[in-house]
Amino acid sequence: MIGGLFIYNHKGEVLISRVYRDDIGRNAVDAFRVNVIHARQQVRSPVTNIARTSFFHVKRSNIWLAAVTKQNVNAAMVFEFLYKMCDVMTAYFGKISEENIKNNFVLIYELLDEILDFGYPQNSETGALKTFITQQGIKSQPQTKEEQSQITSQVTGQIGWRREGIKYRRNELFLDVLESVNLLMSPQGQVLSAHVSGRVVMKSYLSGMPECKFGMNDKIVIDKQGKAGASDEAGKSSGKQSIAIDDCTFHQCVRLSKFDSERSISFIPPDGEYELMRYRTTKDIILPFRVIPLVREVGRTKLEVKVVIKSNFKPSLLAQKIEVRIPTPLNTSGVQVICMKGKAKYKASENAIVWKIKRMAGMKESQISAEIELLPTNDKKKWARPPISMNFEVPFAPSGLKVRYLKVFESKLNYSDHDVIKWVRYIGRSGIYETRC
Amino acid sequence: MLNMTVIYFISYLYLRTSLKLMFAFCLHSDEGLSKHPVSLETLYPSIKIKVYFALFISGKSKEAEIKRINKELANIRSKFKGDKALDGYSKKKYVCKLLFIFLLGHDIDFGHMEAVNLLSSNKYTEKQIGYLFISVLVNSNSDLIRLINNAIKNDLSSRNPTFMNLALHCIANVGSREMAEAFAAEVPRILVAGDTMDSVKQSAALCLLRLNRTSPDLIPMGEWTSRVVHLLNDQHLGVVTAATSLIITLAQKNPDDFKTSVSLAVARLSRIVTSASTDLQDYTYYFVAAPWLSVKLLRLLQCYPPPEDAAIRGRLTECLETILNKAQEPPKSKKVQHSNAKNAVLFEAISLIIHHDSEPTLLVRACNQLGQFLQHRETNLRYLALESMCMLASSEFSHEAVKTHIETVINALKTERDVSVRQRAVDLLYAMCDRSNAKQIVAEMLSYLETADYSIREEIVLKVAILAEKYAVDYTWYVDTILNLIRIAGDYVSEEVWYRVIQIVINRDDVQGYAAKTVFEALQAPACHENLVKVGGYILGEFGNLIAGDPRSSPLIQFNLLHSKFHLCSVPTRALLLSAYVKFINLFPEVKGTIQEVLRADSQLRNADVELQQRAVEYLRLSCIASTDILATVLEEMPPFPERESSILAKLKKKKGSGTVSDMEDSRKERSTNVNGSNDHIVTTSPSSDLLGLGHTQAAALNSASPPVTSNAASLLVDVFTESLPVVPPTSIIEENFSRFVCKNNGVLYENQLLQIGLKSEFRQNLGRMYVFYGNKTTTQFLNFSASLVCQDLNIHTTPADPVVDGGAQLQQVFNIECLLDFVEAPVLSVHFRYGGSMQNISIRLPITLNKFFQPTEMTSQEFFQRWKQLGAPQQEVQKIFKAKHSMDTEVTKAKIIGFGTALLDGVDPNPSNFVGAGVIHTKTIQVGCLLRLEPNTQAQASCSVKRTHIHAALYTLMTINCNIDYCSTDISKGKIKIFKCIFKSQHSQNK
Repeated sequence: MIGGLFIYNHKGEVLISRVYRDDIGRNAVDAFRVNVIHARQQVRSPVTNIARTSFFHVKRSNIWLAAVTKQNVNAAMVFEFLYKMCDVMTAYFGKISEENIKNNFVLIYELLDEILDFGYPQNSETGALKTFITQQGIKSQPQTKEEQSQITSQVTGQIGWRREGIKYRRNELFLDVLESVNLLMSPQGQVLSAHVSGRVVMKSYLSGMPECKFGMNDKIVIDKQGKAGASDEAGKSSGKQSIAIDDCTFHQCVRLSKFDSERSISFIPPDGEYELMRYRTTKDIILPFRVIPLVREVGRTKLEVKVVIKSNFKPSLLAQKIEVRIPTPLNTSGVQVICMKGKAKYKASENAIVWKIKRMAGMKESQISAEIELLPTNDKKKWARPPISMNFEVPFAPSGLKVRYLKVFESKLNYSDHDVIKWVRYIGRSGIYETRC
Repeated sequence: MLNMTVIYFISYLYLRTSLKLMFAFCLHSDEGLSKHPVSLETLYPSIKIKVYFALFISGKSKEAEIKRINKELANIRSKFKGDKALDGYSKKKYVCKLLFIFLLGHDIDFGHMEAVNLLSSNKYTEKQIGYLFISVLVNSNSDLIRLINNAIKNDLSSRNPTFMNLALHCIANVGSREMAEAFAAEVPRILVAGDTMDSVKQSAALCLLRLNRTSPDLIPMGEWTSRVVHLLNDQHLGVVTAATSLIITLAQKNPDDFKTSVSLAVARLSRIVTSASTDLQDYTYYFVAAPWLSVKLLRLLQCYPPPEDAAIRGRLTECLETILNKAQEPPKSKKVQHSNAKNAVLFEAISLIIHHDSEPTLLVRACNQLGQFLQHRETNLRYLALESMCMLASSEFSHEAVKTHIETVINALKTERDVSVRQRAVDLLYAMCDRSNAKQIVAEMLSYLETADYSIREEIVLKVAILAEKYAVDYTWYVDTILNLIRIAGDYVSEEVWYRVIQIVINRDDVQGYAAKTVFEALQAPACHENLVKVGGYILGEFGNLIAGDPRSSPLIQFNLLHSKFHLCSVPTRALLLSAYVKFINLFPEVKGTIQEVLRADSQLRNADVELQQRAVEYLRLSCIASTDILATVLEEMPPFPERESSILAKLKKKKGSGTVSDMEDSRKERSTNVNGSNDHIVTTSPSSDLLGLGHTQAAALNSASPPVTSNAASLLVDVFTESLPVVPPTSIIEENFSRFVCKNNGVLYENQLLQIGLKSEFRQNLGRMYVFYGNKTTTQFLNFSASLVCQDLNIHTTPADPVVDGGAQLQQVFNIECLLDFVEAPVLSVHFRYGGSMQNISIRLPITLNKFFQPTEMTSQEFFQRWKQLGAPQQEVQKIFKAKHSMDTEVTKAKIIGFGTALLDGVDPNPSNFVGAGVIHTKTIQVGCLLRLEPNTQAQASCSVKRTHIHAALYTLMTINCNIDYCSTDISKGKIKIFKCIFKSQHSQNK
């Protein structure tokens, strides 16, 4: 179990320190600072073991969050908690920065008291937390007995993530499918590894205690249905594509027993924004872009680079925020870039040529060529040729995931599935999208 | 903030240079800083650069810093691009930036060329940055080194003192072999040249010192050495200080060359000591006149024995007295620097007094002075005082004086807070111990042992054991002491200690009864240490009968007492106890039944340990079958041990290395003639650390026809079963690759599945150095690795080899060889190590042959033949005709002759197909000139002759070596038979 939690700034100064267990002493704070933050060579591993104490850290911009324990805990659980903690903080005061943390330190201690109890993670649902931990300080009118008892019953009750008696004039539902596609490709265009990790994020503004059901083109479900209605719906189901999901995790509101038995996703949604599920796929991924590199070394002092990118999706769709990063050798002394589209610039501080294109339609092609001058060095090591990486955003799900339905049932209040306004959006982003050159 | 950081960086760079210099030169003197020619303003005149550095330091995070640096590097790279010409200022600016980035911890792989260009600038600041960059960043194998050397050479000959200084500093800072090679001749010349400035001389002396440390073999000793000595008379004290450092190092190597420095040093010292504290102005440090110089001079004098000239000697004594007097004066300043400087000189003077060891009054005064320090407030002083006293205790003049401080020292032992000081106190007690105070000291050490620090316990135990043995008046005291020792610090009592007790008890009849009684009583304690059980078991087994008359210690009680400890002991102890039991059977027939019962028990007869099982089985059978007579013979009392060096002493020596104690021990032994009569075991045989000395035991055991029941590994009966080392057959000496090394110095000498032995050697005149590399080809460790060299006519110093060679690792051993006489037999290297349980022995002939000590001599045709004809006597010539096994390539033969060591004289012989060589063989005693002529005869007939003096041995060598030329040529064989004639002539001259 987590023994303590510290937040440091980039210099290693402690901003927040909360110790939950007695086995974590004051020196643990310094140990992490000395061995990780101030370490001469950068510490890559997120888990560091110093003197039989384990430190799990995540870094958000300049801020280090470190959880400390002396016990053999489930590392995945700790990281899940740390990420959740980041989410909660973002939901309360926006970007995690030194200044924000300093300004909200009372709030953070309050949150830490609530979401971690003797080192055991508790309810970390933002919506629920917001009902009793507020940023405004003490409310002007004191809470009534009823309100207090309501909170108690909600927090301790079966459905801790939703309180009763919510009323909206307009029942609305927003559903976003956010995916990030990761790729490593050989110079010849062979896929070395590729996967998509996706999230289904929802924002619900529904009255009462509605029961929801979410359906997508999961291969197992489609096949099952295909078998059941083989006679009458054979033609229909064969036309639909389905995707194979490798693994998925759900928000606590999803009834897992039902998912295990019927593979249907049914839940009572929390109010406001939350992440319904996370999944990962590795098969039949649509790669939105193809990068074709051409690197030619002309003597010892010159390098010619030509990079072509091809978009590989429907011409009607538009990709946005495209950025190609072409690494340059460490002894570069000058760069000339020519590109047809977008803007390209040599960034010495990052040892790379950065090429930016605002928008690009599907099934198009664009290219950049650069001449790199090199300074002869007495270092005999050859340039390692790091891969070319890419960033983009496309309006579809590269995994091929489709939302089939999202049904809402509320028996007590008189609104039905048809009355709910639903919005669905797909966004595909690049994760680590690299091509070797 | 900005200013602060600027100053911080600049002082950092500045300190770095000056510190580095100081470090390199061991220049712990004030003149290093105050006389440094560099000032901050000249170094960094540009405000822009200062601001630039400030920006760096105020960088936010590590990532931001890396980004910034990448950007800067790219900028500098674009500036350094080949097609642009940079002016000196910006070149300096960018090189300086690069240096700074390097100091921040980032790799720099360009800019070296620009830095070298800066060296040829005429501006001081640019040169300075160029040298700074090169000292910090250029490694010795860079291909730029030639350019750098050139630039340095220019600066050295520039006559501008500042530039010369910069160049000398650079040489010293880099200090590589290449530098040494290039400037080994130049620096001494600058040092002794009459017109060199003082500051340059100073630098030159320190530079030479540094070169001498890194590559001593490259510094030629020439006439400059005598002139260096005269630098001690220099007006400038800085020069004198630097020169003294240099002379100390050189004098340690060849004391004879620098003998003249003694009188000069004494003169200089007396001038300093007698000067008033204000006379030396800059060189007075907190009212002490030139403390560094004084210390160095005193140290220089320690390289030599007391001066023989009475006048000089008187003057030196006067100096030392003055220094001792000054210590008594009240301090002129309360500052710690003052007392430190004063005490440094004082301690150095005392060590000189100890070194000379000839003036009783001085020694006693020194001792009294140290006695005062023993109670000083300052811990460091107490430590130093104890340490110096330790040395004083070994001098016969001051031994008594030291003894007067015994109470203080014992008090220090008890109350001192710092463990290192306590350690010194123990050393001192050990050193001051003699017969009169032995009992007191041993008692004190024993009582201290109970509370002693763990790290020094073992050493104290050894010391107590040695003192107890050495100064024992009656042996009952000795036995008591050692048993006490085991009781107090059993874990720290090493094998050697209790072996020694047993040796002494067995050798002395008069203590045996007492010893048996004492151990019997000691064993009655409820918890006793295993070592005590061992001693008890052994002694009762041998001499239990001496106390058996007493009903309180009847045989059965003795046995039961021992057996009650049996189950708590480790296997070796149990084995020892079993032997004690079988001895009981012999001594006391009445307990035979009980003991047989014990031996017969399953826990013995079926013990999992082979050794114990075997002993049980054999002893049981022995007791059942053998008659009393046989038993009595077999289990007779152990014969006395041969007298040899105390194994404990050997152990202490080993522990301390060549530390002070062993040295003192030796010197004391030499001086004091047999302090304690028969008990003083002076080195007779080689120290051996086992109880019996395996060789001796076997002999003794065979003589008495009894199974040696005592030691476990050497027992005859047990031999068959235990994992004793397989006896390695005496290996023959391996010579297979020997002949290959006649003409070359490096290569692989020997190789088998386990081990590879490689050689690297160099020879100069009659001296040589051979690096032997032992490569472990396996993946497991070699244990007990040792390599030794046997030789007569060569004086060989060997560095000790590490006893463990890891798998795949390589071990290096260095032999320093001095050729004393001409010799025939090459030395034999014997290598022993244990690999996977078996002992491996390898003997290899090391290719150190007489021809290695050849110095080539060039001579003209006329000279050659004149000498050739002079050497006409038959004993001066060797001629051999032999068949060349293979075709003879001219070039190869030439290479062989050069490799052989002689000079190849081209165009000397009228017949162009003949080869002619000349050289001088250097040995310590004589030098022998040799001439060689090789006459290849294509008509299948040839002869070889060597002209030589009467030294048969060398003659023989040359013959054999001669044959080897032939042998070596087989490498390039083509199968054709050619024959040729080789003639050696040599002349024998004494000290030519």
